[in-house]
Amino acid sequence: MIKYIKDLFSGIYALLQGMYITNLNFWRPKVTEQYPEDRQTARQFERFRGELVFDMNDQNEHKCIACGLCARNCPNQSLEVITKSITTEDGKTKKVLDKFLYDLGSCTFCSLCTQSCAQKAIKWTNNFEHAVFNRSALVKQLNPEGSKAIERKPTVAAPKAAPAAGQNENQQ
Amino acid sequence: MLEVGGILSWIHEALSSSCPEWLTLLIEYVLIGVGFLALYALIALILILLERKVCAYYQCRLGPMRAGFWGLLQPFADMIKILMKEIIPLLKNDKFLFFTALFLVIIGSLCTFGALQFSKDLIGIDFNVGVFYVLAISSLGVLGILLAGWSSNNKYTMIGAMRAGAQLVSYELSSGLSLLTIVILGGTMQLSGLIEAQSETWFLFQSPFTWIAMIIYLIAGHAETNRGPFDLPEAESELTAGYHIEYSGITFGLFYVGEYVNMFTIAGIGTMVFLGGWQPFHINAEWAAGFNGVMDMIPTWLWFFAKAFGLVMLSLWVRWSFPRLRIDQLLHLEWKILMPISLLNMLLMALWVAYF
Ligand code: SF4
Ligand code: SF4
Repeated sequence: MIKYIKDLFSGIYALLQGMYITNLNFWRPKVTEQYPEDRQTARQFERFRGELVFDMNDQNEHKCIACGLCARNCPNQSLEVITKSITTEDGKTKKVLDKFLYDLGSCTFCSLCTQSCAQKAIKWTNNFEHAVFNRSALVKQLNPEGSKAIERKPTVAAPKAAPAAGQNENQQ
Repeated sequence: MLEVGGILSWIHEALSSSCPEWLTLLIEYVLIGVGFLALYALIALILILLERKVCAYYQCRLGPMRAGFWGLLQPFADMIKILMKEIIPLLKNDKFLFFTALFLVIIGSLCTFGALQFSKDLIGIDFNVGVFYVLAISSLGVLGILLAGWSSNNKYTMIGAMRAGAQLVSYELSSGLSLLTIVILGGTMQLSGLIEAQSETWFLFQSPFTWIAMIIYLIAGHAETNRGPFDLPEAESELTAGYHIEYSGITFGLFYVGEYVNMFTIAGIGTMVFLGGWQPFHINAEWAAGFNGVMDMIPTWLWFFAKAFGLVMLSLWVRWSFPRLRIDQLLHLEWKILMPISLLNMLLMALWVAYF
């Protein structure tokens, strides 16, 4: 009998605690985004994976060395690295990037490509408005026309390529 | 004053001056019926919007925001959508019982709704056994729910209906007992008489046992509307939607509306029986005469709706706070906790009335 009464009151106390918590939530600021209206001010988390882009510097240069690791690591074959051979001034033949094709339509945003890129040449942006009328418009070329890879001295470049893949995920 | 009684008596006089008596009565009955149906639909729409908004706020969302300003037109859009939907005929079910069940639920809900006394002079039904009438007619819904589950020829609806039957029949006991506790205190079964007895102070402040009765009534009433932690008959995750799976279009809409208005009716009866119905809040003392005067200025229908919606908000709060009970926990709560307490409470109330 005493246990019955004790249980009754502890139960009521627990229920009141629950109601107190939900009441706190009731008055909390709401998290809903009113999307088309607050398009300019909409908050995004920095880690949000919206769209893959090349990490360009201001001289229209990218870091990609056309190694193709990203394309091989992509589970969906969303990436295609098309290379071409050029001859440098000192007479060497060198493989450079011709086209970097990214099929947004088949990407699952797993980020394996950015993790496997030793040069950190690709990164994520927060752009999420991807709607187009034609699927072929989703295949994007990530290296802008006329851009080229950053020239690097072999002595400097070697240690730079060292950091293990996967350690620095999503470096912006 | 902002009371509606003036308009009503004006309509009555205008009609009786131009029509014979039988025609006046006929027109008035039709008008009252239409008025009740309109109010019924309006309250259902308000409650649907309120439910969606409050639910969203408890979950840190905003709820419907697109239709009209702040989503205010959302229930109308829902209504138009549901009216345009097809009523899908089933192949192997009992058609007659299938649709009778629907009307039983609606009639039960509407007749209970009719017993509410919205203001000093907006009173639909006022029997000398009003409390008894409310208890009796609100049980009609159980029959409808059982028939709906049975006639759908579907295992899920059957399980849902069985659970609903067990739940409603048990919880009606303690809600009835707590209403009877108040009948002991008020000394009458007539709803208007009960409200009259609260003109000085509400029943809630007349005896400590009214508090217990009110809490039990609110829990049991909440269970009778099949909502909140007691939504076993519907249990979306296990029974898809319980007894009304096979109903589509407006036939489902009527179940939905009936459920929402039942919530309001439960709150309304609670208001009339515990919170003084349309009686303004009075402090029963010499010095509070000015305060009482100010309270009297507020129209009585506003008092009623404010109190009833306050109780509705409480029920929504409970609904969005607690997880669903298991069927054995549900019956344990009723038969081993609420029922003994309300019996004991009734006894104590009788002693209180006899000796104080
Ligand atoms: S993006 Fe990175 S991994 Fe892919 S080809 Fe270029 S350098 Fe190699
Ligand atoms: S995120 Fe994943 S699926 Fe998308 S391109 Fe990179 S590796 Fe492929």
